Amino acid sequence: MAPLDELKIGGMGASRRRVEDNRFIRGKGRYVDDIVLPGMLHVEILRSPVAHARIKSIDTSAAWEVPGVRLVMTGETMAARNLAWMPTLSYDTQAVLATDKVRFQGQEVAAVVADNPYIARDALDKIVVEYEQLPVIVNPIQAQSPDAPLIRDDKENQTSNKIFDWEIGDKEATDRAFAQADVVSKIDLHYPRSHPSPLETCGSIADYDRSSGKLTVYMTSQAPHIVRAAVAMVAELPEHMIRIISPDLGGGFGNKVPIYPGYVISILASILTERPVKWVEDKSSNLISTGFGRDVYLEGELALRKDGKILGMRMHTISDHGAFFADAQPTKFKIGLMHSTFACYDIPTGHLVSEGYYTNKAPGGVAYRCSFRVTEAMFFQERMMHAAANDLGMDQAEFRRVNLVRDDMFPYRTAFGFLTDSGQYEKCLDVGLEAIGYSTFKQEQEEARKRGKLLGIGISTMTEPLGAGNSREYDIIGIKMFDSAELRVHMTGKAILRTGAKTQGQGHETTWAQIVAHELGIPADDIVVEEGDTDTAPFGMGTYASRSTPVAGAAVAMASRKIRAKARKIAAHLLEVSEEDIEWELGRFYVRGNQERGVTIQDCALAAYSNVPDGLEPGLENTSYYDPPNLTWPFAAYFCKVEVDAQTGVWDVLNFVAVDDCGVRINPMIVEGQVMGGLTEAYAMANMQYMTFDEEGNCIGANYMDYLIPTSWETPGFELHEVVTPCPHHPIGAKGVGECATVAGPAAFVNAVMSAIEHTGVRNVDMPLMPNRVYQALQTGQDVSGMPPVLSD
Amino acid sequence: MTSLYDEVQAAPAAGVEVRRITVNVNGTDRTVDVEPRLLLAHLLRQALQLTGTHSGCDTSGCGACTVLMDGRPVKSCTVLAVQANGREVETVEGLATASELHPIQEGFKEEHGLQCGFCTPGMMLSAKALLERNPDPTEDEVRWALSGNLCRCTGYQNIVKSVLWAAKKMREQNQEA
Repeated sequence: MAPLDELKIGGMGASRRRVEDNRFIRGKGRYVDDIVLPGMLHVEILRSPVAHARIKSIDTSAAWEVPGVRLVMTGETMAARNLAWMPTLSYDTQAVLATDKVRFQGQEVAAVVADNPYIARDALDKIVVEYEQLPVIVNPIQAQSPDAPLIRDDKENQTSNKIFDWEIGDKEATDRAFAQADVVSKIDLHYPRSHPSPLETCGSIADYDRSSGKLTVYMTSQAPHIVRAAVAMVAELPEHMIRIISPDLGGGFGNKVPIYPGYVISILASILTERPVKWVEDKSSNLISTGFGRDVYLEGELALRKDGKILGMRMHTISDHGAFFADAQPTKFKIGLMHSTFACYDIPTGHLVSEGYYTNKAPGGVAYRCSFRVTEAMFFQERMMHAAANDLGMDQAEFRRVNLVRDDMFPYRTAFGFLTDSGQYEKCLDVGLEAIGYSTFKQEQEEARKRGKLLGIGISTMTEPLGAGNSREYDIIGIKMFDSAELRVHMTGKAILRTGAKTQGQGHETTWAQIVAHELGIPADDIVVEEGDTDTAPFGMGTYASRSTPVAGAAVAMASRKIRAKARKIAAHLLEVSEEDIEWELGRFYVRGNQERGVTIQDCALAAYSNVPDGLEPGLENTSYYDPPNLTWPFAAYFCKVEVDAQTGVWDVLNFVAVDDCGVRINPMIVEGQVMGGLTEAYAMANMQYMTFDEEGNCIGANYMDYLIPTSWETPGFELHEVVTPCPHHPIGAKGVGECATVAGPAAFVNAVMSAIEHTGVRNVDMPLMPNRVYQALQTGQDVSGMPPVLSD
Repeated sequence: MTSLYDEVQAAPAAGVEVRRITVNVNGTDRTVDVEPRLLLAHLLRQALQLTGTHSGCDTSGCGACTVLMDGRPVKSCTVLAVQANGREVETVEGLATASELHPIQEGFKEEHGLQCGFCTPGMMLSAKALLERNPDPTEDEVRWALSGNLCRCTGYQNIVKSVLWAAKKMREQNQEA
């Protein structure tokens, strides 16, 4: 019998066309706003127009008079049920509807429930709120001032705007390394605030059924099980009476991990009206009030030996968390995994100090297609590497080559304690250098300069920690970061798979089936994948931080293997031999020494329900909870070539080469799609996409006119390459990949522009590299730092 | 007759005069009573239950709600339903026939031109308008024609490839016909 062709059944490595596309291309996706329940009402939220003010009074009487209005809610409504404040994912509290003060522009102040959204909006206009304005803090530097107003006066024992101090590394050893250095290179950066801005905003439909006591909530959530646990705690409802359903999501990128006031408001509104209540925010609400990313000042230095070897590193970060500390990140790491910085380089020692502050800006999330501050860590790393190579007078590629962890050094313990497990860093570097034409670039650059053209090349190499847990070290509000899969094989050999992850466009319905096909030989088309319903899916921590494949994907493989182990017993029974005499090939068991005599996995499935050996439970299903032994460490090497127009400061990408090693690729087409999407977001942040605030705390970036997102017109093309180093501890050798491009990408663009203009003496232009900033740097030969100035007249 | 207010069993806002309009949607005349301020996107999504037209930004910034009105792409979040009175509107639900996908739909699947699917209907309709006036566009022409439609997932490269794939297929089909 010819063995099954794995690619033909849609197994590992097949660029299988996506299953979910069948509904999306027909307009048959089912997003939260598409769902209509009988008798459904609509809630709209009134937001604060000012950034910091005491609420003197709220008059809702006229809103109640609008025909079609069913309920008007304020902080008092919430407080009467102990819901005015809710816990965040970082052990802080966040106001649901303000009772005392508003602390950022866009904060939730009141809500109207009505028969349709138009009526609810009409009624919002009738609510009169009297504010007494207070001084405003819009960055962490202001927040540190002894004269700064106390933003969180609601918290006992909070006497300043500081949220945390956090420190890691060996200070004394680092001091010694700097004392021995031939050269010390420093850099001082700002990573501007950005917003994930998925095209679909956040929303929910809460449906409380008083007769059964059951609360069902359709919700835009990347992590529905965490929400269920949180709702159980906040709303004091029993967990088995809460069902969270996360249907199709129109993108997430970290924006849909946190729990927002709108969700809680819709839940209470449903409990009070005993009707389903839909909340869908508009784009401005999404941009000004939901989880942002970045907003960190980063400074640091490298201790260098003349030959290019890095002896030690120091880093100091000051982060702006907005009015509430609402980061979704592992409990014990206050500044996320910032200490993963320089993980791809062999550096003996380092010391990192981090401070976090409250400001009068929207609270985080702080995820944006990046796991836990890793984007900031790697941006600092690669901008620092670029500056250090220049300070040493060394070639950019050569400086990295000298310091990259070598293949024979794995497993490698980083200066801050992470264990990286595998990689071929130098090979990735070489593949990229070759593809971008690095060897002839210097000459090309000089010749172009003679003709008045400014060419630059930028390199960014990094490994990042993806796929939290393990559960010993990683938890969110105490819930350990494992994940799960449940596989049920039906009598006819078809199957349904459910996981604790939640796709937002990554294509889980396609790729999870490929893992099962690889493990069991069941064609991928015979497997349906479901996620996002807490009543049916096994408990999982959801999808963010590129953790789906590293954790839930591993659980899929392990559940499949448990199924195979049981099927083997059934096969032995069917073939009338002992289990030890059974061999496996894809999709089939056979008798050792007689390959013709065998049974397929489908034969075993049928027998599991119709012909079970004595002593074996019927059925063929299993659940796996996977607690990863370590994070996965993909590697990326990005190379960007730009031309800067000296007359305007406009820069164009001439070529971009991306080399990604994310281990074994389940579906190469989908991996490449993830990389291209991530590179585009990297380009966006490097070039145009940022959110800033004027001195009164007005958000500049509250709509797509101010918050610039690149279109098909300006987005460059990308040339992709792959290197495969399987992850040694992952059951199918895969590593995370969804965020690599967003993490490593920005520094490649910025380094390229700097390479084109640094002959003028400029050392740094902070993102975004808008033409006026690049032009200013070229004209003055001076650095351009901080956020773009915004007039507030 | 489909009435928005039949759907939600509620009256229009106080003092608002309801207008009766007839819009040809995907080849069928639909007569609806609407408030003058009702947006075309909401007419399609709520009154007609054609939820393939997505509301992304409400300010014509993102293009997720793009539909064709008399063959031209419009952002239905900034068109009043009453402005569509007497006109033909085509939505994503009108692209495929009962038995066959439109080549643009096939192209998006074949070239992995979508991830979360939220921008996809608008992208496909902008692409349709382009290919109807220019059956053999260059990559730059495709990029320009789609520049009013934002995508946050794909980075556009595969969307452009999807449209070029569809253009080729449509040209081949036309030659055969």
